[in-house]
Amino acid sequence: MLHRRATDLIEPVEEIEIAAAVGMAARRGSPLFICGNETKSAMLRPVQAARTLSTRAHVGITLYSPQELVISARAGTPLATIEAAVAEQGQHLIAEPPDLSTLFGSTASQTLGGVVATNLSGPRRIAWGAMRDHVLGIRAVNGVGDVIRSGGRVLKNVTGLDLCKLLTGSHGTLGVITEVTLKVLPAPEAVGTIVLPGLDAEAGVAALSAALGSPFGVSGAAWLPAEAAARVPDLAGFAAAVALVRIEEFAPSVAYRARKLCVDLGLAAEIVEDAASRAIWRAVRDAVPLPAAPDDAVWRVSVRPSAGPGVLRAVAAAGVRGFLDWGGGLVWLAGPADNATHDAVVAAAQAAGGTWTLLRAPEPLRAAVAVVPPEPAVLARITRRVKAALDPEGILNPGRLYAGL
Amino acid sequence: MIRQPAPKADVLARRDLIVAGLARLLPRDGVIAEPVRLRAYETDGLAAYRQVPLAVVLPETTEQVAAVLRYCHQNGVRVVPRGAGTSLSGGALPMADAIVLGLMRMNRILDIDYADRCATVQAGVTNIGISNAVSGQGFFYAPDPSSQLACMIGGNVAMNSGGAHCLKYGVTANNLLGLTIVTIEGEITHIGGAHLDAAGYDWLGLLTGSEGQLAVVTEVIVRILHGPEGARAMLAAFRSNEVAGACVAAIMASGIIPVALEFMDRPAIHACEAFAHAGYPLDAEALLIIEVEGCVAEQDDLLQRLSAVCQHFDPIGLKVSGSAEESAAIWKGRKGAFGAVGRISPDYLCMDGVIPTSRLPDVLGRIAAMSDICGLKVANIFHAGDGNLHPLIMFDANDPASLATAEHFGADILRLCVEVGGCLTGEHGVGVEKRELMGTQFTDIEIEQQRRIKSAFDPDWLLNPNKVFPLREAA
Repeated sequence: MLHRRATDLIEPVEEIEIAAAVGMAARRGSPLFICGNETKSAMLRPVQAARTLSTRAHVGITLYSPQELVISARAGTPLATIEAAVAEQGQHLIAEPPDLSTLFGSTASQTLGGVVATNLSGPRRIAWGAMRDHVLGIRAVNGVGDVIRSGGRVLKNVTGLDLCKLLTGSHGTLGVITEVTLKVLPAPEAVGTIVLPGLDAEAGVAALSAALGSPFGVSGAAWLPAEAAARVPDLAGFAAAVALVRIEEFAPSVAYRARKLCVDLGLAAEIVEDAASRAIWRAVRDAVPLPAAPDDAVWRVSVRPSAGPGVLRAVAAAGVRGFLDWGGGLVWLAGPADNATHDAVVAAAQAAGGTWTLLRAPEPLRAAVAVVPPEPAVLARITRRVKAALDPEGILNPGRLYAGL
Repeated sequence: MIRQPAPKADVLARRDLIVAGLARLLPRDGVIAEPVRLRAYETDGLAAYRQVPLAVVLPETTEQVAAVLRYCHQNGVRVVPRGAGTSLSGGALPMADAIVLGLMRMNRILDIDYADRCATVQAGVTNIGISNAVSGQGFFYAPDPSSQLACMIGGNVAMNSGGAHCLKYGVTANNLLGLTIVTIEGEITHIGGAHLDAAGYDWLGLLTGSEGQLAVVTEVIVRILHGPEGARAMLAAFRSNEVAGACVAAIMASGIIPVALEFMDRPAIHACEAFAHAGYPLDAEALLIIEVEGCVAEQDDLLQRLSAVCQHFDPIGLKVSGSAEESAAIWKGRKGAFGAVGRISPDYLCMDGVIPTSRLPDVLGRIAAMSDICGLKVANIFHAGDGNLHPLIMFDANDPASLATAEHFGADILRLCVEVGGCLTGEHGVGVEKRELMGTQFTDIEIEQQRRIKSAFDPDWLLNPNKVFPLREAA
């Protein structure tokens, strides 16, 4: 982006300064590019803004009460800092947010605010919910510079409208998130993975569906074609497509459940133990299996799990390849970064009744196409009104999700 | 008593016209206007408040809901959506100048998809009805509010209902995939679907728990889960609330998240035991019911670990269930708690504040002190793992002074919840009951922000009026 003069970058340390900066921009009607460490700024539509407002200097864990399962931190806090703090107490972030820095070619450390603003969740999402499911409380600055809070620091809260959910995943277009409280849970004592080699996508997803519909608390379910599996060191040896089923529990339960599930599935299977399992799911989380050339576009398509294989098949002719997470429902795709290929991905997602996100592409393509599905007229009208209710001057990340908004 | 504003005279004057207009949009028996039949809708689970509505409409399809809302929008008629009417916060309390839009005839399960683990149901299907429909395949719908036999999924969505098992499985918002909604303008639209995490704004999350302020929900796509191999409960009794509270914290820090962790204080124990004969120790000051899931060996292992944690707190009773029957006996008292308290005192208010669990002993001590001062008894039953308190304040509805005292006591408890870092409501919603307390939790700026979002959906403020937001004198 053009605006790289130091004077055009605002990095406040305090929330009150963030509020002042937004308030001034609102009075001037001067758009702001809202970000954390910009690790994911290359996703969605490019933002045209004179100035950049980053929360990266607004850092620090403000509350951590392990026995109450809550942690609060300012938006600029590196996610790695939070992950380390909870790991020290034997806990983890439930939604397992991915680190897509390799995918986006970024060397910076993603912030808590950035992860919440993009609502990106990892493999555990299929069983335990998305980032948005675990945001208990939020502080944010709306588009006129008011500090607003929603939720709190307790595990249950239905007081008033749930702006935590609205702001999570809003990509900085409705407010500048300044502080977040997350629910955390005890990290599992052990992790085990059932690897089912040699299944095609349909058979693989059928096996994942059987596993997810079992009583054994499966917390990850992915299918990788052979070329994707080859990119994960602990899976390369199979030299085949693999369906992966994860169990996270106390050690005896992992052993028992994996064994039982293998018997119930009745398929050739191998059980991968703890350390290798963790490495495999970290790779799946971060889209390492995705065979993306450096100049390829990358999409995430979300469909009903049983429709995942059909999406892969439908886009193959357009030179798009990928793998499946979330039991088949999350389709990671990579292919040529052009309009025709994007249209093919969109058509496949729509045919399956699902949605898409253009996650990575050169700026001209991201500016030219619908990076997320256009909303039906009724919702588009509500979107405009809600945007105006929070950001009446339209200064927060204008155009990031939808052109003209 | 909570004040309700005077009805709009012009709407009351048009009543016959409005009833006739609505009757044209619905099947023959779809509009109720006779005073004697309207009485059935005059209250909900907050029974101290009653108001006969202008009329009741009972649509059978989403299109009929849309026609009704379009008519109401065009004619300036306000609308109170209603499922089974089990709201404990007055969320479905009618208004004299508003129609009640009852969704109970939309009670069909439209689709069950075990492979993709979701079910599509109409808003008037009961919560337990979903689980019953899928239990043959070993599946269930996770949120389990106490009213689950009666309450409907549309109301669950509106209030973001919880239950005893949400410590593990989450609340309604965490178990939804999609909605069909009708806007106040009478437009039908779909949100989400059988897939996870739609791109764009999280309308599903915003609508869930919006208490009928934003739109009317007519269909819901829920996640269904396969049940565990089994579940078993244990019971631990302690000498004081403080000790039991410390034990809760130790359990949460132990790395085990029980599927349920329920707390009862001495008055609750006595009430439940007299009612259900569940075998609760009557010399205990506090009692925990803890449930775990898994195969028998896993249950044994977890219950053994939990027993070891409890042993550090000098329990006066520790009973690990040996069978499903014994677990049912342990749960029997807890599940009958509301009925049990109702036997002691025909009238009670069920409060719903949430506190940080570390403040448990302190808050219970202060509630006891308030109870002494105001002279009303209170029994505490709550979801200890997530700090969701349900103090049951006993009063005499025949004595207006007693109700007023009970309401003040309840409001003081909720203020205390906010003061210690918690919130006004964990699962019952704000409704009418807690409307005027919103200012204790939110600043004026924050309430204004919420109002603007409400206006974005419902510019004329026709949907579920005089709920959630503090009344304005000018309004």
